[in-house]
Amino acid sequence: MGETLLDISNLNKSFETAGGPVQALHNVELHVEEGEFITVIGPSGCGKSTLLRIVAGLDGGYSGTVTLEGAKINGPGIDKGFIFQEHRLFPWLTVEKNIASDLSLRDPGVRKKVDELIELVKLKGFEKSYPRELSGGMAQRVAIARALLRNPKILLLDEPFGALDAFTRAHMQTVLLDIWRTNRTTMIFVTHDIDEAVFLGNRVVILEPRPGKIRKIVGIDLPYPRKKATASFQELRLKVLSEFEKVEELELTDGAGI
Amino acid sequence: MSNRAAAIRTAGKPGKGAQVLLGLLLPVTVLALWQALGHYGLISDLLFPTPYTIAASFASLAVSGDLWSNLRISAVRVLLGFALGGGLGLVFGILVGLFKRSEKLLDPSLQMIRMIPSLAVVPLFILWFGIGEESKVLLIAKAAFFPLYINTFMGIRSVDNKLFEVSRVLGFSRPKQILKLVLPGAVPNIMLGARLSLGLSWLGLVVAELIASTSGIGYMMSDARQFADTPVVFVGILIFAVCGLLSDTAMRLIEHRLLRWKESCKG
Repeated sequence: MGETLLDISNLNKSFETAGGPVQALHNVELHVEEGEFITVIGPSGCGKSTLLRIVAGLDGGYSGTVTLEGAKINGPGIDKGFIFQEHRLFPWLTVEKNIASDLSLRDPGVRKKVDELIELVKLKGFEKSYPRELSGGMAQRVAIARALLRNPKILLLDEPFGALDAFTRAHMQTVLLDIWRTNRTTMIFVTHDIDEAVFLGNRVVILEPRPGKIRKIVGIDLPYPRKKATASFQELRLKVLSEFEKVEELELTDGAGI
Repeated sequence: MSNRAAAIRTAGKPGKGAQVLLGLLLPVTVLALWQALGHYGLISDLLFPTPYTIAASFASLAVSGDLWSNLRISAVRVLLGFALGGGLGLVFGILVGLFKRSEKLLDPSLQMIRMIPSLAVVPLFILWFGIGEESKVLLIAKAAFFPLYINTFMGIRSVDNKLFEVSRVLGFSRPKQILKLVLPGAVPNIMLGARLSLGLSWLGLVVAELIASTSGIGYMMSDARQFADTPVVFVGILIFAVCGLLSDTAMRLIEHRLLRWKESCKG
């Protein structure tokens, strides 16, 4: 691990609703080091997506400080890659053109990097396919490649595998870990699946709702690649789970194995 | 569509040849009946010349070359009018779609002009531009303008907001946002508008040529009407029908090419 890349201090954010203001995030404090893999977990309504969108620069109107490499975050940009729950590919572009998006494939530099990324996300042979011809997992891999092409300092993933079936999801987790270990891109990964959080993260950030705040940060000191069917994995999983059960209004929609 | 679904579909339906025959059944029967009724003098030959007479009239017009010279003139008018009106419709649609301010400035006036029937402006156009080509091309252009304008405008406004968010995250510049997101996203609507515009161009042509013209298919028809040469009127109607169909088919081919990425356009 290296220096602090992302600094979140005293972050507060509230939304105006018809029934008055609702506090979405309360005094959130998080320091992410370069190369770290952070997973964020919490019941729905705990503000985990809001947190991610603030880091991405998509949402403003908060108080506190959020800095990336010491600089205040001013709107979205390519230094902060973002993967949405849906793949959000441009339906009229082929896989390789989606990855390039606003860049030209005729640029040899872009061409070379796109080819490397297609290799990295294991989509060789699908360069000329349209998004409608891809499975959910493949499309999400294209979205990841599209973000990585821009060399982001940090990759923010908002429940990216939430819509995938269990097998594809497990496969995608492995692919993502491969990418992380190859590129050492810092990751913040939001999920509502405890197994996924423990399997992927160096640290698991547990949020609690109303108002959204950090309940606990659990370090996952297991070597990669991790095996889910081991005692040490299950021990840490239980630790995260017990924190979870302390959260008053447990609202897990997909609490695998609870 | 999956192969399985395709297989079920073809299995449940008659073959392609049989389908064509089925489609021809009604028109062929009508033509035969028409011919028989005319042949035995049961319907007026003046009002309903038999298909055979119409075909003979078509042949003589084709041989003399009148048909082709008139058709060329009409086709050029349609193409010019469509290019002018449709082109402007596209440009204004993009302007109004992209900028709220230009919407406020232009859209109310354009919507007002849209409500004016083409026939109502014919006298004015003739006064202003004479009965030469200008008035006809402009009349067609007026007809062609609105479908493309409205559909381009709508297409731009209906581009998925989620993709806009993606373009912000990927750091698209404003021009790239327009070229790489807004315009491609609006293409399905733009193509629909173009098809409707081209159809209306042919309608505009008929209006322009029937009212004041000295050439073109419409002129050929109104001239024939003066001499009660009904078969020529029928030939004209047929020509308009075929031309309309051909130009729409051409547009659909373009649409199909441009929208290959869409599921509904497959097969």
